[in-house]
Order: sequence, then structure tokens, then C-alpha cells
Amino acid sequence: MTEMVTSLDALAARVTDGATIALPPDYSGCANALWRAVIRRGVKDLHLVGVPVFGYHGDLLIGAGCVKVAETSAVTLGEHGLAPRFTAAVKAGSIIVKDATCPAIHAGLQAAERGAPFSVMRGLIGSDILARRDDWKVIDNPFGDNDPVVAIPALTPDLAVFHAAKADRHGNVWIGVRRELMVMAHAARDTLVTVEEIVDGDLMADPATKAGTIPGLYVTALAEAKEGSWPQGLPATDLVADQGHLARYAEMAKTEDGFAAYLAEYVTGREAAE
Amino acid sequence: MSGSDVQLEEILIHTIAGMLDGLRHVAVGASSPVPGAAALLARARSGGATRVSVLGSEEHNFFSDGGKELFDCAGQGRIDAFFLSGAQIDGKANINLVSIGDPDLPKARFPGSFGSGYLYYVVPRVILFRLEHTRRTLVEQVDFISAPGFSEPNVYRPGGPFAMITDRCLFDVDKDNRRFVLKSVHPGETVESIAENTGFQYDVPAEVPTTPLPDAETLALMRGRIATEIAEIYPGFAKRVFGLEKAA
Repeated sequence: MTEMVTSLDALAARVTDGATIALPPDYSGCANALWRAVIRRGVKDLHLVGVPVFGYHGDLLIGAGCVKVAETSAVTLGEHGLAPRFTAAVKAGSIIVKDATCPAIHAGLQAAERGAPFSVMRGLIGSDILARRDDWKVIDNPFGDNDPVVAIPALTPDLAVFHAAKADRHGNVWIGVRRELMVMAHAARDTLVTVEEIVDGDLMADPATKAGTIPGLYVTALAEAKEGSWPQGLPATDLVADQGHLARYAEMAKTEDGFAAYLAEYVTGREAAE
Repeated sequence: MSGSDVQLEEILIHTIAGMLDGLRHVAVGASSPVPGAAALLARARSGGATRVSVLGSEEHNFFSDGGKELFDCAGQGRIDAFFLSGAQIDGKANINLVSIGDPDLPKARFPGSFGSGYLYYVVPRVILFRLEHTRRTLVEQVDFISAPGFSEPNVYRPGGPFAMITDRCLFDVDKDNRRFVLKSVHPGETVESIAENTGFQYDVPAEVPTTPLPDAETLALMRGRIATEIAEIYPGFAKRVFGLEKAA
């Protein structure tokens, strides 16, 4: 049974030190209100997995000192440029980066969701991405002739964490076409979700919504969080990214002092509002 | 229309679009406003025959199966053209989207390789773009290979570099000799100015023309419909280049 949690802090309490966490990119569904609650808890040593990249929320977590490992194909603030806290942490050597390429992350999660030990993919051979990943192996295509392919082991996050438009009281979560969230939920041991609203009825009853719905089977706990993706938008809703705020973040986070001021103003200082 | 009225971005968009005409399906990745606008221009001119999928767009995107679908689609050969850039690009068409110096303690760190470690191998027509053409960016040897320009004969490699466009010129790719060939220089540049600003060796034919400017009709299309379309994904770019605010 999906647990219906009534406070963000209670959901945030399930994000424990050292957890491996699958994160969606900024244009999917980011649980930013939840991440602010997690930062206020002072969680440490997270292993973030960008599916296949992450942006603002990961940079925020890195800047707040919550992250040990960033496994991702990129970290970006999109039009607002480099993710400043990620960049600073890599240059200081204070986080470990496991660089990937997008389909390798998907391949690892897809192996996990089908319970297989690994997936196979093309590409990568001759790159420094592959050269620096001792957890990936080049194998011979057993059906081919002198055809090297790359084996990507199953990637099983402890948690998938994201924000979505709506869920029902059975724990079914509607994600529309953002189906990387479905793969994340299938692959992860537990899935924590925040939603704009919890609706009456059953999202699985109508095939039109069922097709874009993650069954409650995969959803460990969920909570309502209005505008829970702010300052990012949310697909298939009227919530759009707050570009002015993101520009302000990109500017403030360029320095450690500026980032500390940002945290004080928008994260630790927002507790009453959330 | 005189050349001085045409912006560099408009020349680049026009030039790239010319390499996309007649293709079935063009995909555009992250941080690619100029290629995105070029793909949308090629689509507009094709009357819709060329499909365009722009990552990060809700309106100009065919995919309905999540983040993996672009890569699965490309792996099957269903995407004809894609665009890649690099903090560094070298004379062997290797691209670096990761870091300068030791990757563990880099002097500079960039976002990361995105899908390049796959798409460069499988998309037949990969157009490289680098809008800072200097010896700092176009180098003899990249510090980190996000994806190699060319592969050993036994590596599955239906894709690879097709051309490289910069803010100064257009290069062709000589696949047999694994070298860039100077194809045209943008207005204001010369064969000499390109040599001065390029850190790798490349071939120079006897005749190197100036990159053609878009005609009035193309410019009108670009500044009208294409500007509006690209503003959905790159509002900052649309505002800067076309003076357009994103529609609410």
C-alpha cells in the first residue's frame, strides 16, 4: 500500500544519509519543495543519479553539502548556464563524479526494471567516459563476429524522487508522457512522490489516464505539495519555470557566500511557507 | 537586403538548415538554440515533410515514451541528423563536453557529455557547432573524449561528423583522411583569419567562398514563424537574436 503522508517533512525523513537517488531533469517533474525540506534536515552523502541529467535541484543539494557522488550525463541550468555549485564542487574535488552518457543511464535503469543483470548498448567505445567507468565492461556480441558492445550493469536506486501533477488515493500517480518517471519508479527500491493534488476516484479506471499512470504498486509514499516543482515548471500543467528566479539562483550561487544567502532566503527561510 | 542587416546567428541558422533539407527526421539536443532554429527552418521549408524533435520542447517533439526514446529511435536509424558541440573539438573531430585538465581535479568543468557518447556513433549526419572559434576551443587534441570523431573498423559506427560550423566558418569532413576541410568563411573572415584562430591542422582548397547569406524570404520566415517557435524552448535566445518575448 502506498502511504499517504500529510507533511513534506515526514516524506523528507525517508531520504536517509548515503541513499542512491534517481532524479529527473528540470523539464520533467522535480520535487523541489521536498528537496528544500530534505536540505533543512541536513541529509549527507547522497548518491545522485541524473535520469539522464539533472539541474537546479541537484545543484542545490550539492551546494548544501548533501551530496557525495553525482552519477549523471550532465548537470546544467539550461539557458542559465553552468550549474555553479556542481562546477565548484568538482573543481575542489569535494564530490565524486561518475560521468555517463544519457542512454547508458536509461540502459542501467531498464536492466533494473526487468530484473536483469545488465543491458547492452552501442556507442561509448573509444571515449573517456567508458575509460573512466570500471563498472562498465566491453564484451563481445555473442551473436556477432568481432563486434564489441558495452555491458551496463543494472542500476537500482534506493529511491526515485519526483513531482507530478496528480495522484489518487490508491497511490496511482499520473505522469502523462514523462515516462522516464515510470522507468525510475520501476527500477528503484522505493519511490517518493509529491503531487499538485490528490484527486478522488481511480486514475486506473480510464485507459486514457491509465496509460500515463504509475501504479501505486511502485509508489512507496506520496504527499501533496502545491507548486511543488517551483522554481521549475511541470509538464502538462500551467506551471512554467520561474526564469527570473532561476537567473537569480545562477547569479547568487556563483559564490559560496551568495549561495549561503540564497539558502537562507529561499530554503531554510521558507520552512513556515511549506 | 545588405549584408550588414543580417546577424551572424541568421547566417548560421540558414547554413545549417541547408544541410537538413530533404531529411526525414532531425533531432535537436540540449543547449542548441541555433541548431534548433535551423531544424525548425528546414521543417517549415519542407512543408512538414521533415520531422523535427526538439529536446525540452512540449510542442515540437514527437516522443511519447520518456527520455530514452530519442536514443532508441536514433539507435534504430530513425534519426538522420543531430547536433553536437564541445568545450573543445580537435582536428580528429573528437569532442570534449566534460573538463579541461585532469578530470578528477579539473581547471574547468562543463555540464557533461549528455547523449554524445551514443548519438555521435549512430546518427549518420552529426553537425558539429562551436560558436567560439579560437585556438582555445578548436585544439590539436581534446583533454577528454566525450565521443571520438572516428572509430576502429570493428566498432559499430554508422554515424559520425558530417560538417562543423563555427562563428567564423564552415568545415566539411573528409572521412577517408579523417580531417576537416575548409568549406566557406563567414562575411568578414578570410582563409588567413581562420588559420590564425584554429588550433588544429585542416585542408584548404584552392578556392574558398564566402558563406552565402539568407535571402529576404528566408529571413522573413526566420524572424517570423521560426522566432516564435524557438521562443518556446529558448526564450533568452529568441529575445536576444529576434527581439521576441515568449508568448504567454
